Amino acid sequence: MEKIPILKMGDFLLVTIQVDMHDQMAAALQDDLTSKIAQVNAKGVLIDISSLDIVDSFIGRMLANTSTMARVLGAPSVVVGMQPAVAITLVELGVNLGGMRTALNVERGMAILRRDGDNPDLDGAARGHD
Amino acid sequence: MTTSITKVLLNRRNDIFQEWLQQQLSAPTRRADLISEAELRTESDSFLTALTGAVRAGNLSDIRAPEYKPVLEILARFSRSRGIQGFSPSETATFVFSLKQPILSALRKSGGNESTELVEDMWAVNVLLDKLGLYTTEVYQEFREGVIRRQQEEMLELSTPVVQLWEGIVALPLIGTLDSTRTNVVMEGLLQKIVETGSELAIIDITGVPTVDTLVAQHLLKTVAAARLMGADCIISGIRPQIAQTMVHLQIDLSAVTTRATMAEALRFAFRRSGSLALEDSRRSSTPK
Repeated sequence: MEKIPILKMGDFLLVTIQVDMHDQMAAALQDDLTSKIAQVNAKGVLIDISSLDIVDSFIGRMLANTSTMARVLGAPSVVVGMQPAVAITLVELGVNLGGMRTALNVERGMAILRRDGDNPDLDGAARGHD
Repeated sequence: MTTSITKVLLNRRNDIFQEWLQQQLSAPTRRADLISEAELRTESDSFLTALTGAVRAGNLSDIRAPEYKPVLEILARFSRSRGIQGFSPSETATFVFSLKQPILSALRKSGGNESTELVEDMWAVNVLLDKLGLYTTEVYQEFREGVIRRQQEEMLELSTPVVQLWEGIVALPLIGTLDSTRTNVVMEGLLQKIVETGSELAIIDITGVPTVDTLVAQHLLKTVAAARLMGADCIISGIRPQIAQTMVHLQIDLSAVTTRATMAEALRFAFRRSGSLALEDSRRSSTPK
């Protein structure tokens, strides 16, 4: 089965979703990511979904869950590069993505993670967007 | 009875044609400014030929039958061109209706008919021409509706420009009522622009939105949510005092969204949010805020 690679960059983990995800793959990603965070003691996770064209409610919820899991493990996460069509679909589906933080591109996402790293006392998720 | 009508149409074609043309030329609905006599003559001629061909098959009641196809085609083309030229629907339909009198008088003149037969023939001709006349109106209407639809679509495109105000700030001045179709177009346009310009802030200005009800508010919130998913924040500006009151009365929850009274305030806020970078830029280029 195909696997989504998880790259380590300094204190952060980088997940780039390059293919259309199916449900099993999403579940496997959650497993891999959580164990990797624990293993390398990551300080932040960046999930790039810029090449994801199609989402359903399951994938949407999976993204939100993965973000929450990462945060619970002490690694605040940012989802970056969501396509307009994907954003519209998720809103129309009414998926609750409350705890998920987003950024336009990898660069901005990294900036957010670094800022988190500089202010470790603040809970990234609680701050979110104002 | 159809045979006598066919006979009249064939034998007295010239009389009918001349009289019809004469009538069209002298009719009060004639628009000499829009169509020339030569054009009218060609149109009338081709229509009469097609009609004669169709009647010859013996069918006088069902204009959807295959033998009437050429007649309907001519009429459809005719109606559309009249519509473009600026004729009114009744002026268009008069083209067909004015053929009644020439045919009826030709029928009468052909003589030899029993009076009951004559009445039946006249009735048949009447019904047929009524149907054809109504058909021109139908086509005319369809054509006009097509124009309206196209204009609506164009208006959709035109009425939702997304402008870049500053580096990292785009604005969407909304004008007119928001319905679901428009919201989708607006949302797509805004999100696309956010990606193109890499903007982190979008100002949605609703000064031009006449009323905000729960539905419009829901559409706005959807747009804001979608932008947020992409990593951009929205500011809603241009909320008039009455609209602020309405929103509170309707208990629309806008607590998750930054709102400002005017576009200027929203821009000021956006500058502060995007930090010193934009401010430095503005000072360096000494652009008045």
